Amino acid sequence: MPADAETSRESETSERAAGKKIRVVVAKPGLDGHDRGAKIIARALRDAGMEVIYTGLHQTPEQIVETVLQEDADAVGLSILSGAHMTLVPKISRLLEEQDADDVVLVVGGTIPQDDISELKALGVAEIFTPGSSVKEIVDYIRGAVRAV
Amino acid sequence: MKTQLTGKDRWRAERYAVNPERDALFTTISGEPVEPLYTEDDLPADLDAEIGLPGEFPYTRGVYPSMYRGRLWTVRQFAGFGTAEETNERFRYLLDHGQHGLSTAFDMPSLMGHDSDHAKAEGEVGREGVAIDTPDDMETLFRGIPMGEVSTSMTINAPAAVMLAFYVVAAERQGVPAEQLAGTIQTDILKEYIAQKEWCFPVDPAMRLVTDMIEYCAARMPRWHPVSISGYHIREAGSTAQQELAFTLKDGFTYVEEAIARGLDVDDFAPRLSFFFNAHIDFFEEIAKLRAARRIWARELRDTYGAKSERSLLMRCHVQTAGVSLTAQQPLNNIARTTVEALAAVLGGTQSLHTNSYDEALALPTEEAVRVAMRTQQVIAEETGVTSTIDPLGGSYLVEALTDRMEEAAYGYFAKIDELGGMVEAIKQNYPQREIADASFTYQREVDSGRRIVVGVNGYTEGGEGQIETLRIDAALERKQMGRLEAVRARRDTEELDRTLSELREAAAGDVNLMNPLIECARAQASEGEIVESLQRVFGTYTETPVF
Repeated sequence: MPADAETSRESETSERAAGKKIRVVVAKPGLDGHDRGAKIIARALRDAGMEVIYTGLHQTPEQIVETVLQEDADAVGLSILSGAHMTLVPKISRLLEEQDADDVVLVVGGTIPQDDISELKALGVAEIFTPGSSVKEIVDYIRGAVRAV
Repeated sequence: MKTQLTGKDRWRAERYAVNPERDALFTTISGEPVEPLYTEDDLPADLDAEIGLPGEFPYTRGVYPSMYRGRLWTVRQFAGFGTAEETNERFRYLLDHGQHGLSTAFDMPSLMGHDSDHAKAEGEVGREGVAIDTPDDMETLFRGIPMGEVSTSMTINAPAAVMLAFYVVAAERQGVPAEQLAGTIQTDILKEYIAQKEWCFPVDPAMRLVTDMIEYCAARMPRWHPVSISGYHIREAGSTAQQELAFTLKDGFTYVEEAIARGLDVDDFAPRLSFFFNAHIDFFEEIAKLRAARRIWARELRDTYGAKSERSLLMRCHVQTAGVSLTAQQPLNNIARTTVEALAAVLGGTQSLHTNSYDEALALPTEEAVRVAMRTQQVIAEETGVTSTIDPLGGSYLVEALTDRMEEAAYGYFAKIDELGGMVEAIKQNYPQREIADASFTYQREVDSGRRIVVGVNGYTEGGEGQIETLRIDAALERKQMGRLEAVRARRDTEELDRTLSELREAAAGDVNLMNPLIECARAQASEGEIVESLQRVFGTYTETPVF
């Protein structure tokens, strides 16, 4: 990323603090079509006043990171129910870092076994929401985490 | 003038209204209001004609005259993970433990028409089902299982024609001709665009492939069900029971119309169409859904599509309990949920049943969890006595009223879909997709607000909600599967492969039935991905415009 993009990112951070709309990418990596959760979250975030970009299904890690950069997102939520999270999430996290976009709040939702949660958090995932998490909990978390950046 | 209240109204005013109701939602899980009491006033005017008798039109009370007194439903547990070798072992385990038929779960790359070494397959091979790349894999899957005797269900849709070709070729290698094969392949592509979202081609060529399979099976595979018209995934995507019923039946009518347009006689294929529904947790609503489905299907097949054979009118179905109702919290509670759902399926008159395992909100099920799920069906079948009487809820004021309302709701949706130009057009306009997204959002709001309680999730929580042992799929299986695929690629005759694939493309560009060219490709050991990509060169691919 060129240096001037870096400064523009910083100025946006202060705009955000001044109450600009939070921009969130909701993404479905992997091949499964379980999009009920992703759509509910996308709609709830939108209803909470955020700008939501939903990628649609079957996205590769590269496609997701490209969307995050293009949309200049503050946060990205990955919805994964295919069991492929230990392959896909680390890859997305690494790509974000390579693009100097590791200030983007990365959250994951889906059927993530307890054993994998700490490993994913160590790789830069800010929070993980497992089945049964309330929509409000997720909205509040994203708002708080983005403001804190 | 003050009118005299009678019957239920009098009771309601004088007795019921005197005491306050609990502060709770008195609606079904689908949001339908439910009355405190149902009486004779709620029955249809002509009850006998609406429900008939078991095995008689309109089949509300069951498709067969003797139902479970003649034969219990088929216990059919869906299984698949890892490579064909691991799933073959699970299949034999299930057959040894009292299961009657097999049901194959494919992994995500197989469902999307990708080989295991495709870039998008990384991390997904063998995770959610078995990886099948080649006819060799199919042969391994059924090793030691007599394909001419066992009935098999395969849950695959967009590349269903390819898998059917693989199955036919695997059977050939066992010396079993296609004519003898019994089973079901899901093939229901419309619900993929609506809900499950595993596709390979645009809607129109995908519909052609479905019709090719119906036509081929009508001529060559008399014991095979080429389409299992499925509401299960529509419900799992968050629809209401009414949407599940309506969209599923409308999908079914659409396949019937396409096959008739191809020149087939409805009675030559309709008896081989079967259905697959969800059994969710709202007990009476689910029973009403299955009863309404039978009545609507019979009436429409006879009156709208001109079926003459009685067998064309029978809506026979498989039911699976609702995966979406399972919770990751306090997972043993899922045994209770699954039991209630399974009982609804049985009282609704299903022909076969899959009960989910208690750990499936967390991972693929362990062998122990699968055993409990299977035993749940056996307890219902052997111990509860519910199988002794056919349609034991027939004539129930509540159940008959709910059945009527289900039917009404379905016809309401049919009319809306017809206004949009039919189901294919409605899908292209995102109509069913949007209806489902709205319904699932409404439900989630009820749960989040605490108006609807899910035990262990937003009520009766304990904190640290119960850890259990779950099945881990070994990542090494992915490499093992790629090795299997490479070995097939190395030993086949590439000239023969190229010839069959190029003939397939030519056939696809024209309008001949594609089943024979597909079987030729399978005999030449083409992989699933190679076949699907060849077809995509002719048909193109599909991209959804998502709505939320």
